Amino acid sequence: MTRKATTQQQPTGLPAPILRTSGLTVGYKTKGKLLELERDLNIEIHPGELVCLIGPNGCGKSTLMRTIAGLQKPLHGDTFISEVDVKKIKPHQYAKLLSLVLTDKINVGAMTVMDIVAVGRYPYTNYFAKLNPEDHDIIRHSLESVHLQDYKDRFFSELSDGEKQRVLIAKALAQDTPLIMLDEPTAHLDLPNRVEIMNILKQLAKETNKAIFLSTHELDLALQTSDTIWLMHREGSLISGTPEDLVLSGMFEQVFYSNAFQFDRFSGSFKVLHEQKGKVSISTNDLHSIWTRRALERDGYQVIDTPDYAIRVAYDKDQWRLTTPDSTYECKDIAEVLYHLRFKVNFPEEAK
Amino acid sequence: MTAYNSRILKPWMVVLAGLVLILFLFLLDLALGSVRIAPEEILNIISGNASKKSWEYIFFNFRLPKALTAILTGAGISVAGLQMQTLFKNPLAGPSVLGISHGASLGVAVFVMSSTILYGVDTNLQETMGSWGLVLFAIAGSFLVLASVLAASARISDSVTVLIVGLMFGFITGAVVNILQYFSDPELIQNFLVWTFGSLSGVAWSQIKVMGPIILAMLLLSLLYSKQMNALLLGENYATGVGVNVASTRIKLILITSVMAGTITAFTGPIAFIGVAVPHLARLLFRTSNHKVLIPGTIMCGIVIMLICDIVSQLPGSQTTLPLNSITALFGAPVILAIIIKNRKMKGAF
Repeated sequence: MTRKATTQQQPTGLPAPILRTSGLTVGYKTKGKLLELERDLNIEIHPGELVCLIGPNGCGKSTLMRTIAGLQKPLHGDTFISEVDVKKIKPHQYAKLLSLVLTDKINVGAMTVMDIVAVGRYPYTNYFAKLNPEDHDIIRHSLESVHLQDYKDRFFSELSDGEKQRVLIAKALAQDTPLIMLDEPTAHLDLPNRVEIMNILKQLAKETNKAIFLSTHELDLALQTSDTIWLMHREGSLISGTPEDLVLSGMFEQVFYSNAFQFDRFSGSFKVLHEQKGKVSISTNDLHSIWTRRALERDGYQVIDTPDYAIRVAYDKDQWRLTTPDSTYECKDIAEVLYHLRFKVNFPEEAK
Repeated sequence: MTAYNSRILKPWMVVLAGLVLILFLFLLDLALGSVRIAPEEILNIISGNASKKSWEYIFFNFRLPKALTAILTGAGISVAGLQMQTLFKNPLAGPSVLGISHGASLGVAVFVMSSTILYGVDTNLQETMGSWGLVLFAIAGSFLVLASVLAASARISDSVTVLIVGLMFGFITGAVVNILQYFSDPELIQNFLVWTFGSLSGVAWSQIKVMGPIILAMLLLSLLYSKQMNALLLGENYATGVGVNVASTRIKLILITSVMAGTITAFTGPIAFIGVAVPHLARLLFRTSNHKVLIPGTIMCGIVIMLICDIVSQLPGSQTTLPLNSITALFGAPVILAIIIKNRKMKGAF
């Protein structure tokens, strides 16, 4: 069952939530007009939970993040972090409840990794930001958690994008807050770095019992790592649930509806929809057949598995055999199959 | 790979070398001038055993106040520059570049030429208010321009464009000053023009008594805000995220900067380019953007550079004194050019 955010019920036996919103409405006030992006949200994040916020561009993800982060005022409603009403506290108290990793570019030439992570201790240190041994311990531990223990004296500006992101996560860890929020932490990173960041976050949530809340466009990664997904609709509703429940309920198709691609419930990823040129049959299911199927789909053919269909491809002993009503072609690779299909085969009108 | 923060020079070595250099330059600055006083004679003068009465007079009434002014100015204007660079997140910011000195000039112009402006009023503002009045007007002028440029730059992300905004404000205040001159006595105009050349020698003891405490207090305040300034380096949102009240910190920094730049400009005239260039020198020397190190470092470098500029302007071995502003521009403008050229390749010079 997916839990509709607006009618969410508190399952019994769970610890008190770290983040809880009550009737939260976010949006903008422009020229006296209210632009409400998300209405009346009642959402919760529990200790040790990794929550991914997913939604199409322009649906209000950033606005919701900024509002919870206290960078923007809500239009209505309340946010509680560790049961503290954030409306009633000062910035330095806020900073002990919530730490941020943002997409803002940091342009400082001569700040070391240590300097940046030490900023995370600011809510706790005195006027001169003097670090005591305990602060040093926390900083060292934070850097170890993101596998950067030997990077203390490196200059931030000289790190790779993935390393920079990990330093900022270490900064958030050093801030020692029950809730960590990350705005698109995997943007601009290559695949190994994306996976590493998500693994680190997943591990942190489990080990430290913090609540971790992030927005992302990486659907695959979110489905594989998060405990809960918040799916945001363009019309302003938010649906939360475990990734698998959301897939089965067909919510992804609904939220990411498009003519150009389709969410494939079997693989949990998007498939680009091509214009259909005709039907081709592949009835075997070995490795070569699977990739032949992908090639055909990419080139715009609808692949069916009727074994005796008039136009069919079969792989056997390093060769592809393309059978058509007129003749049979022996092909040495997939490129040749595609070539023949494109130029030699007349697809029957009814097949289109 | 030279990614590691390899400090060949330990910070304490740099500080020690800096202090020795400051002492040496201070003595040199005291010794040099149109009348040459031997360095060994300086000790005699201080202990009251001057071989010539005239030397004693020159030393206590001209040399010492001038050298002290150089130290206060060098430290103050450089830290003002550093604070502006952090405030604007812009390596090219500085009191002279962004029109803050121009704002102070406007204040001073209003003050100096006030007798002609306030037609009906018979009193001369200068006589009734003295040094404090001059300072207040200069501070008000620089605050006005700094706040305006900052407000305008909030909409501009490109650092070179902000520079142009500052230039425009400079032009506006310059135009107002020109119009003021049009209505003023020639004598007052001449006073004002001499002031605009920038000079350390016009500052008397009575004025140092005003300037000294103000600058020292502002430098101390600046050090107290080093934590907030470090957080601001990461950007507004991150600073808010670690509990810094960005809006109030901004206003406090603007106030400290305009009091510092305004006070100095009131007494010495606009000092060009030192405020932009010195913080970069300090970053280069100490290899850090951490304000806890950078503020003392900037104070040190500022003092050294200002003393050198003053010594050079004496033109050792000559009777002539060059305008201080030309010397500081010759030193500072190339630094700005270097930053712009370097910035094309690498974003974030600080």
